[in-house]
Parts: sequence; structure tokens; C-alpha cells
Amino acid sequence: MTWSDILANSWDAIRSHKMRSALTSLGILIGIAAVVLTVGLGQGAQQKVANQLNALGGNLLIVSPGSSTTGGVRGGFGSASTLTMSDATALSSSVAAPDVGGVAPILQSTNEQLDNGATNWTTTVVGTTSSWLSVRGRTLESGRFISNADESSAAAVTVLASTTASQLFGPVSAVGQSVTINGTPYEVVGVLASAGSDSTTNLDDQAIVPFNTASQRIVGGSNRTSVQTIYVKAASPSQLSAAYQETNTILQNRHALSSSSTTDFTITTQQSVLTTTSSVDSTLTTLLLGVAALALLVGGIGVMNIMLVSVKERTREIGLRKALGGTPATIRRQFLSEASMLGLTGGLLGVASGVGGALILPHFISNPITISVPWVLISIAVAIVIGVGFGVYPAARAARLSPIDALRSE
Amino acid sequence: MAAPPVAARGVPVADAPTLERGTAPDTGPAAGPPVIELDGIGKIYRSGTIEFEAIRNVSLAIHPGEYVAVMGPSGSGKSTLMNILGCLDVATSGRYLLAGEDVSDMDEDELADVRNRHLGFVFQQFNLLPSLSALRNVELPMSYGGVPREERRRRATLSLERVGLGDRLENRPNQLSGGQQQRVAVARALVGDPALVLADEPTGNLDSTATNDLLHLFDEVHAQGRTVVLITHEAEVAERAQRVIQIRDGAVASDGPTGGAR
Ligand SMILES: Nc1ncnc2c1ncn2[C@@H]1O[C@H](COP(=O)(O)OP(=O)(O)O)[C@@H](O)[C@H]1O
Ligand SMILES: [Mg+2]
Repeated sequence: MTWSDILANSWDAIRSHKMRSALTSLGILIGIAAVVLTVGLGQGAQQKVANQLNALGGNLLIVSPGSSTTGGVRGGFGSASTLTMSDATALSSSVAAPDVGGVAPILQSTNEQLDNGATNWTTTVVGTTSSWLSVRGRTLESGRFISNADESSAAAVTVLASTTASQLFGPVSAVGQSVTINGTPYEVVGVLASAGSDSTTNLDDQAIVPFNTASQRIVGGSNRTSVQTIYVKAASPSQLSAAYQETNTILQNRHALSSSSTTDFTITTQQSVLTTTSSVDSTLTTLLLGVAALALLVGGIGVMNIMLVSVKERTREIGLRKALGGTPATIRRQFLSEASMLGLTGGLLGVASGVGGALILPHFISNPITISVPWVLISIAVAIVIGVGFGVYPAARAARLSPIDALRSE
Repeated sequence: MAAPPVAARGVPVADAPTLERGTAPDTGPAAGPPVIELDGIGKIYRSGTIEFEAIRNVSLAIHPGEYVAVMGPSGSGKSTLMNILGCLDVATSGRYLLAGEDVSDMDEDELADVRNRHLGFVFQQFNLLPSLSALRNVELPMSYGGVPREERRRRATLSLERVGLGDRLENRPNQLSGGQQQRVAVARALVGDPALVLADEPTGNLDSTATNDLLHLFDEVHAQGRTVVLITHEAEVAERAQRVIQIRDGAVASDGPTGGAR
């Protein structure tokens, strides 16, 4: 008996028990749909994080003072940072660093009190240059960002993040108003659009001032000439590693370091942040996948159950097939192929339901769902494997029946 | 090369010497090797510690072209014998040659192959697959024999036409009368051109008209030169055969040409 005959036989058997076959496939369907949706949710979440990080300035290199062997600890107050404003300027060179798209040096002070008359708010004051906006991938809600002119004159101007602005000025537009920092009045020239907050820093609660303003008026002591962090943005995601090389070379040369073992700076990438975030997501995904696997197991047991019932019910048919020349092997193959067809049907319908769910669900929940073709194929393969796996025992039982006992059964 | 006239399966040789054997039928020469040769066959059913000897020391030969009825009261061991003849069950003792092949110690796969090539079954309960058309039912044995699909279709159609069901090819069993279903079963039994057609109480579930039709069909099958073994407990049915083997308590009680009119 050829495989095409066996498949045709199986298809006949499945068709002649439509209701039962449908219900059996339903078990697999639910499991596979759950797998497709779970993986889709997991990948959707990762995609979302990746998109957010990109929006916040993906392609980003973060240069911090201190060697990597000391864990990249930033120089605190009183200890001079090894990074300077001229490092930042050198990195901006389009000749020495062609793959660098933008550089933003940072000098910041946490826990600064901002006053608007009787209202006050404590936040982080960030001194930086005009390129910060594009390097960090931010946009303005109103007003303007700090300019090069503000920078060179160390002007008393500030751009507030959205939360900071609303805490100090409420619903009133902050642009054109005045806030007092360290006893000096600053003009609010702009307000940043909300970036959405991530778990570590609140990107919507800060006050941006020109770098020179921060170094001369806000941060005191030896820190006034140093830079705490330099954000370096690669011209494109594909140029990130080239930008990394250039940054590393320039800083090593400038700091007259001979080998990497004595570096006094550390370069990290957003990629490492991304990895951490996705590992959190993948824990959740693994959990949900476990639930889906359980659903599949139950579906598989359903297949086995139905196949056992089918073998029992069709004992006479098995006997007849043996009488007409069916060998144990062909009988076994037929029941196996029936089971795998049930699995496959459930799998295909499950994938269809999963994809359907992925299209409909995002209208009701906030999470995006990404359907990946490899996972769809894996799901279908898994469905077949389940059909075969749980069909083995019933098929073996059918094959073992003696023809005469089978024919005599009622 | 002038080969001696050897009877091909089921084809009576016209001028073969009509040697009278002790129990040979009055027509149809016993030429060539027997289709069936049983030598001291016994069958013991064991269930737990209880043993039951259903067949005792049966020795007989059936030759090509014979039409044999196996008779006996219910429980005498007719079906047990037929199952052994049909290689559906294995004897506990003795030797069984089917079409010259010793099937006594064949494994399951070999027995399946022997059934497929040499045997055609007709059962009391028809045993057609309800989900398949008449045509597909008749194709079934050929699908196990590896006959290509087109050839299968052609031969199944021909076989159904021979039993008078050429216009019922696509009907499912439940769209056919009992008599028609049994005809489909006969068509299925004949389609593989078997050395032996085995029928166990084929008329048991048929009314008298259908019984007559079916017996007429068996007459035709026999006339075409096939070897037929028909099991029955009804004398009228047995009368159609040329030779009757009487079974009592698992042993052959008598074996000879059909009595009466013939
Ligand atoms: N599988 C079996 N196990 C035990 N005894 C059996 C089995 N099959 C048949 N028998 C016994 O063997 C005897 C012959 O049965 P069977 O060949 O079916 O008789 P018949 O077909 O002549 O009516 C009966 O007494 C029956 O009870
Ligand atoms: Mg019987």
C-alpha cells in the first residue's frame, strides 16, 4: 500500500467522523493558537521595547569616565572626571569619526530645587549642548531647545521636561515663564514632548540647561571643567560598531593610553539595555509558552483518546483490512497518519486562529502582537509531531490485533 | 517446448485424464497440485487453564476448480476451519499447504501477503467498509497488493460488472440491499484472481431470493473455473456444490460428492 493510499484512507476515516475529528482537532487548535499568540505577544513586546529604545536614541553609545574594571563608576563630587568638553568636541569631528552622527556631553546635578514663586519642584538639572535633542531622539512640545548662542553665552535659559513643567506651572504654558534655580532666575524657552518613562530614569522629569551654564552656575568645584557622560550617536544602526571603534580610538589617543587595560573610560551601548529588557520579557514568554505547551499536551492526549476509541470501534475494519492483505505495518501507518492529520488540521486551524487573534486582539489590549513565520512553521511541525507522538500507542494496538479476533469482534 | 498439460489455477484442462479418486467429485478433474492440502490439522483454543479442541486431526485436499461445501451443526468447528484455511488463524498442529506454499510457520507479514495473493473472502456480515463506495471497497485488496490506481479502478469496475452491479459503482453499502452488498463482497473476493474463494455462511443474512441469486452467482464463479469453499449449515445451499465435507465436533465426519439429484 502506497503512502498516497494510506493518506487517502486516513482522510476518508477523518471525513466520515466529522464531528469527532473536529472536536479532537479543537484541542490541538487551542494549543497551537495559544503558542502563536504567546510568542506573538512576547515578540511584540520585544519589538515595542526596541522601537522605544530606538526612539530614545537607539544607535547610542554612552561614554562614562572610569575604567571598565572598576565597573564604570562615574566620578562623583570632588573627584574630577577623566572626560572633558574637548573630548566631546573631538568626537564631533566628521573626519576622525565619520560614523558618528551626533555628540552630546552631559554635566548634571540631581536634587536641584526649582522654584516658581511659591511652587517648587526638585529634579535633575542636565547641562548639555544643542545636539542633545537629536542624539537622545527627543522632540519639543512647545518653544525651542537651547541654542549654540545660549551655549557660548552660558545663558540662563532652560528647557523643561513635560512632568517638570506641569509640576511647576500646572496647565499654564511654561514657555516664557521664569524658574529660579540656585537663586538665579532662568527663562523657560521650551518644553519637551513626553518620551514615556522607562523603569530606571524618568525621562519626563528633568530640566535642560546649556552646558556652560551648568558648569559655571550649577555644578561647583572641580567638576566644572569635566563631563560626566558623553552620548555618542552613530549615524545609523549599522554604523554602531564603527562608531564604537572610532570613539574608542579617539579617546585612547587623547588620553594617551597605550593599551586597553589602562582605559579611564567605559563605552556602553543601548543594546545591552535592550538585552536586559528582553530577558525580562522572555521570562514572561517562557511562562506563557509553558501554559501553551500544557494546552498542547492536553490536546495531544485528546488525540490519543480519540484514536484509542477509533481503534476499538473499528476493530472489525482492522480485521477486514488484515484479511484483505493489510500487514501490521500498513495498519500502523494508517492510524499514525490519521492521528497526524488530526494534528495537522488542528495545527493549521490553530495557526489561522492565532493569526486572526493577532489581528483582532491589539484593538482591545495595549500590547502589540508580532506574528513570526518561523514560529508559525514550528507550530505546524509541533502539531504534526503531537499527532504522531500520541498516535503511536493507539496505532501499535491496532497493528497488534489478530485478524480473526478483530473480525469476530462486534 | 511441449510442456505437459498442467492445470493453471482455476482453469480446467480439457483433455486431462479423468482419474477417479476416492473422494473426487464427479465433474472437474483433480488435475495439478491441490490448492489446499491439510495434513493432521488441529486447533486448540486456550482461555486461561481451559483448553478446547475445536479441530481434531483434519486431513484433506481440495483441487483446482472444485466447489466444496463444508457442512455441520453450529459449534462444530466450521468457522474455525475456514479461518485456518483463510490464514486468518494459525493451526496449533499439523501442516497446511496453500497453493503449494507451506503456511504453517509463516510470520504475520507473509500471511498477509498470502491472503492478499491467494484468497478471496466472503463473510456472513458482508464486512464492507461503510464509508467507501462499492468501487472503493472492491479496490481495497488491490491497494494492499500494490496494484496501480488506474489498473485497480479498471479491474474493480470489471469485477462489479461481472456480479451485475455495473450501475452501482458509486453507491455506499448503506445504499445497497443485503443481496447487493454480498455481491459487492463477492466482487471484492474475486478481483485479485485468487486461488481459492472462501465463503463463511454467505447466505446467513440474506432472504430466500437474495440467497438464490447469490448461489447462482457462486455457480457462475465455479463455472469460470474457480475453486470455491463454502461453509453452511443449510442443506439447500450445500446441494449446489459438487463435494460436501461434513464436520462433527471438529473432525471430518464424511467427505464425498453431493448426494441427491447430482
Ligand atoms: N476464540 C475462541 N476461544 C474459545 N473457543 C472458541 C473460540 N472460537 C470458537 N470457539 C469454540 O470452538 C467451537 C467451534 O466454533 P466455530 O468454529 O465458530 O463453529 P461453527 O462455525 O461451526 O459454528 C465452538 O464450540 C466455539 O465455542
Ligand atoms: Mg460459524
